[in-house]
Amino acid sequence: MSDRDGGPTPAGDSGAPALSVEHLSKRFGDRVAFDDVSFEVGDGEVFGFLGPNGAGKTTMVRTLGTLLAPSAGAAFVGGIPLTPDNGVEIRRRIAVMPESPGLYLRLTVAENLECFADLYEVPDPTDRIGRALRAVNLADRAHDACGALSKGLRQRVALARALLSDPEVLFLDEPTAGLDPVATRDVHQLIAALSRSGVTIFLTTHRLEEAERLCDRVAILNTTLRTIGRPAQLREQLFAKTLTVRTLVALPDPGGVFAGLPAVDGWRQDGPATYVLAVSEQAVAAPGVTRALVAAGADVLSIGESHHSLEDVYLELIDQDQEAGQG
Amino acid sequence: MRVNSRRVRAIFRKELREYRHNGFIIWTMAIFPLIFLIQPLVVVFVLPASAAAQLSHEHLLLYMLGIPAIVPAAVAAYAVVGERQQGTLEPVLTTPIRRQEFLLGKALAALVPSVAVAYVVYAFFLACVELFTQPAVASALLGGPDLLAQLLFTPLLAGWSIWVGMAISARASDFRVAQQLSILASLPTAVVASLIAFNVIHPTFSLALGLAAALLLGDGLGWRIMSATFDRERLITSTR
Repeated sequence: MSDRDGGPTPAGDSGAPALSVEHLSKRFGDRVAFDDVSFEVGDGEVFGFLGPNGAGKTTMVRTLGTLLAPSAGAAFVGGIPLTPDNGVEIRRRIAVMPESPGLYLRLTVAENLECFADLYEVPDPTDRIGRALRAVNLADRAHDACGALSKGLRQRVALARALLSDPEVLFLDEPTAGLDPVATRDVHQLIAALSRSGVTIFLTTHRLEEAERLCDRVAILNTTLRTIGRPAQLREQLFAKTLTVRTLVALPDPGGVFAGLPAVDGWRQDGPATYVLAVSEQAVAAPGVTRALVAAGADVLSIGESHHSLEDVYLELIDQDQEAGQG
Repeated sequence: MRVNSRRVRAIFRKELREYRHNGFIIWTMAIFPLIFLIQPLVVVFVLPASAAAQLSHEHLLLYMLGIPAIVPAAVAAYAVVGERQQGTLEPVLTTPIRRQEFLLGKALAALVPSVAVAYVVYAFFLACVELFTQPAVASALLGGPDLLAQLLFTPLLAGWSIWVGMAISARASDFRVAQQLSILASLPTAVVASLIAFNVIHPTFSLALGLAAALLLGDGLGWRIMSATFDRERLITSTR
């Protein structure tokens, strides 16, 4: 991943991105699932794909996973053109973990994995199944029926199944949907470990803190692609840089304190003794603001960079879409 | 198109394991043969030796071809719609498996136990006839051509019923509907077998050959047609 432009990292050997999507669209009759979407995902990158319900995230996963044929546009998955003739070759290189684990509940964990090891033609399946189960900390549950496992454990089995073929690209569709916080944390740790091992991960999620924590870059989809970039980059694009100053009591002349300070472009009061300063560069503005407050005799409680989460970015974009739709 | 035997075997083995873990499937397989077995057994046990002359002109045991005509249809009805309802179809279809391999694995998993059940029931029936009926009745019932017809037509009829059942399964959105429709759709072949058994349609060598050829062709075409019409997109999204 390039730090400068937030673009994808070229693939290790070939230089090609792990995923390349160009003006891709999918329609079901008159209904548009997603339209004119373009992006690239670099080799080894964790790419978050965010959007509200019905935005087209799962349809995108299914399209790139060769289950659905695109209506228009082109894509390369693992360097292979997404065409009907290349379905088998693409599916050899990827693994998809759908939102629902889709396990054979009457079969044991090991039986489920044996079936998929054969479907992927995995060499030495016993060893590979053992490794996959150890990776998800389920080695001791190999002979339990999947129907007897909790939802979190089933999700881990599904993840083990996705790891069997050592995929180049791993699609995770809402991997923590419906999980409790402990199970969610476990899945997060697994994804982070996979990322460290160099697997390219395409993650769709509703959980914005999950995307912020795990993803190198995120794209926000709402039928069309609304934005793409590193979370920090998106925050900078969407929100002005600010400093928030809190004092014990209200300043008698805040305009006099904040006017003319280096890198401070303006200010507004945001509570009885809270001030939000628009700044061009937080690191430059903060020392000057501190000195000015001390010189004015203010009892300073805190000076901090205002933090906008990925959730703020997401909600801002979705709100813009809703306003545009109403307009 | 090259069929990968390991992937076919994976589906086949998975299906057999599901049968083993799911008593309902076993009951489905067992209940029809029991119906087909009990009634004829009761009839032949009470037949007097004088009935042998009449029996020698009929082919009553061909009635048991109803087993391979109906049992596999009930099992095959679950093949696709069952996976859809369980949510297991999508993970399978995102593996490198081709639709021909998936369908062949499913079909074999329905065929092998169904044919085995039909042969076992038939063998049990023959043993009962041999051991417990009047000797004249037994020799009238146990004709070589009938035995050959049973051996030959059992897998052919089962194959046809499986493709019909799977075609319905791939179109239905509910397993119960698929099972009822599959059994209904398999009835015509069972009726033809019964009509031959009761001499309404007079069996000849050329008729047998013609029917066998038609079923063989139907079985081969069934796989190809099913594969061509197996629509991943519709099955996953149910949009068309």
